[in-house]
Amino acid sequence: MNGVEGYMYPNEITLYWSVLIVLYPFITGLVAGAFILASLERVFRVEAVKPTYRLALLTALAFLLVAPLPLVLHLGHPFRSPEMYFTPHDTSAMAMFGYVYLWYLMAVLVLEIWLDYRREIVLLSQQSKGLLRWIYKVMTLGSNNISARSLHIDERVGWVVTLIGIPSAFLLHGYVGFIFGSIKANPWWSSPLMPVVFIFSAMVSGIAGVMLLYMVLTKMRGQKIDMLCVDTIAMYMFYIFVIDFSLEMLDLIHRIYEADESFNSLNFMVHTKLYFSQIVVQICLGTVLPLLLLFLTQVVKLPEIARKRIYATSGCLAMVGVFAMRWNVVIGGQLFSKSFLGYTTYKMSLVTREGLLAAIALTILPLVFLWVLVKLLPPWPEKSAHQGAAAD
Amino acid sequence: MNLSRRHFLVLLPAAAVAWESVLAGTPEASPNYTMSDHWWGMLIDIPKCIGCGNCVRACQTENDVPDGFFRTWVERYHRTDWHLENPEVISPDGGKEGFPAVKEGGEGEYFFVPKMCNHCADSPCTQVCPVGATFISPDGVVLIDPKYCLGCAYCVQACPYGCRYVHPEKKVADKCTLCYHRITKGLTTACCEACPTGARQLADLKNPRDPIHEFLKTHSVQVLKPQMSTGAKAFYNGLDGSVR
Amino acid sequence: MSVFKDAGHLFRFAGLFVIAFLIFLVVRHYVVPKSFGQYGHYRGAAIGEIASHPIKFAGHQACEDCHTDIVDVKTKGKHAHVNCEACHGALANHAADPTSVTPVKPDTAVLCARCHTASAAKPKNFPQVDPVDHANGVPCETCHNPHSPAIGADVAAGGAK
Repeated sequence: MNGVEGYMYPNEITLYWSVLIVLYPFITGLVAGAFILASLERVFRVEAVKPTYRLALLTALAFLLVAPLPLVLHLGHPFRSPEMYFTPHDTSAMAMFGYVYLWYLMAVLVLEIWLDYRREIVLLSQQSKGLLRWIYKVMTLGSNNISARSLHIDERVGWVVTLIGIPSAFLLHGYVGFIFGSIKANPWWSSPLMPVVFIFSAMVSGIAGVMLLYMVLTKMRGQKIDMLCVDTIAMYMFYIFVIDFSLEMLDLIHRIYEADESFNSLNFMVHTKLYFSQIVVQICLGTVLPLLLLFLTQVVKLPEIARKRIYATSGCLAMVGVFAMRWNVVIGGQLFSKSFLGYTTYKMSLVTREGLLAAIALTILPLVFLWVLVKLLPPWPEKSAHQGAAAD
Repeated sequence: MNLSRRHFLVLLPAAAVAWESVLAGTPEASPNYTMSDHWWGMLIDIPKCIGCGNCVRACQTENDVPDGFFRTWVERYHRTDWHLENPEVISPDGGKEGFPAVKEGGEGEYFFVPKMCNHCADSPCTQVCPVGATFISPDGVVLIDPKYCLGCAYCVQACPYGCRYVHPEKKVADKCTLCYHRITKGLTTACCEACPTGARQLADLKNPRDPIHEFLKTHSVQVLKPQMSTGAKAFYNGLDGSVR
Repeated sequence: MSVFKDAGHLFRFAGLFVIAFLIFLVVRHYVVPKSFGQYGHYRGAAIGEIASHPIKFAGHQACEDCHTDIVDVKTKGKHAHVNCEACHGALANHAADPTSVTPVKPDTAVLCARCHTASAAKPKNFPQVDPVDHANGVPCETCHNPHSPAIGADVAAGGAK
């Protein structure tokens, strides 16, 4: 009967948070993770990952620009969203979205990118023609000062921005974890660990994402992949992944041990409705397998080609695993009844505002934005010599 | 039916006053109603409920509740020797058309539990609203402002009792309003009006003459999910431990 | 002041923020509803709007003000505490304009059965029968006055008007 097994409160049968709400934390997670990778070089002086610094920032920006879209598409009244800016409710974690997003976008990401690229922007505004020239001119904010001293100031200020950006990134993604973790009505979500697990899995996905993009784009440009760079990235990804895995296991073991009133119902759900997405995809394929593969690269000296393949495979699996984690949290949290007596089914539609096609489009859109950003603000030195529109 | 002229003359101004309030839409709900004089709740007397579903139908009529969603619903529990561990609960279409008859001679007894918004004094749903579209009124009724609600459904997720839903056409959150438009005019809620056995009774905790005070002192009364500490104001007499 | 000369671009960037913030404050002043914050973090006018919803059930007091003869019969019988609209449905429109809206008499075959069909699930002391065994198609009001249903309680069987 309409996908319900056992007893659900009548209003619980429909799921109110769809795949778009799964996508949103995945996207902001990529933003936060990409930024953390960038900060590795900028703040923690890990020189090896410098080749990915600018790419990581552009990736973060591309995904951040798309981040509000799944939320807006989900709202019953999207045009009322400015209310979150005008009358944010100070007891609601969700209310901080507007301000945290704007802060992170303008005062962290855009500012840092602008400061890092300012020299190129000024030069390009003088060398370009037509519409492009105007775009660059606007981006200079009317200042053509690229003296050594001004660039030095940029560098210092940029360092501070990145430093502030790290807790800002944690806030941008951690508040989402708190949105779920603070709901006492839902035992699948309610946990103080939730924001921490979200942040660490976000870092895994963001770092994996930038690593994959770097490898793919470098190949597309016909250049050689900097192995020291990807080796270092993979190492950090491995360590963060270990922490993430430990946190998720801690949550699981704690649940099983305490076995509170919700345990039987949730346990049954994990073994039936969520079996594929949680056990198979998230845990086995998305966490354990990439961890084992990365572990291999950390303890055994493997040839370059093998390492590249393992990094690429682990990166893809990790990103799928992190997406599955968001799915299992959001969708899983709505599949069981708060009476602990039943389960419902998520009927994902195809062509509606909150359907599968919309989700796919929103996943591809950041890549389109990234393509535009890479053209506009080339992350690699040899491209800046051209007018930005040369290759492909 | 004989309507004497005297009766008619008495009626007319009363109806006129009520109608004026309906048309007025002013912040003070109607003349003679002061919000701070009231603190509303509901008393639900489980042994009296016969599961007729009158309340569910009346609520739908009074409040234009869309099909498939419920501002109030009735559950039926089967009392067996291990129903505390494993309750058997049904609520066919929320109990709107009552429940299928049970043949005599079966095992165990049954009881009915009407459910609704508990108008919690410490409601987790109003806590999470990002914009202030849902709130508890000064007289203790948790309400939704349909002109301000974004339809984000965060409040729906936060309610431990499952009493909220998103209206399929209006795309805003919706739920029991304790018939606010009625109680502010001295009427009772639609569900209480329709209940044939008095299983549902509106209660005004600030009114010293309200029977709820005596009832709470003399009966074994519970709220749903007390461990959630929501300050629920729907009080259940004779609530079985198995009720979810 | 040469440091400011080389940091001019930063002041421009900050300037954008200041301008945006000022615009935000102005827009906010006009957009936020006037009654917001009147009683709490919500639009105070919403309370009045909700309180103004149309009423569908008149409430038994409104019925009893006119239909005193029915009240006389009902208050002495078993259905004393069953409100009028529990059986007759929502009739605020009739109460507001009695002559223009004539209520339809409920069909007892459906109405009475809803409460009184026997079920082991109902409380034991609640009057309930199997409609087929008990009446076998005979309308309930043939023997029971709906306003005072106990047999013999009200001799004028055949129902009220």
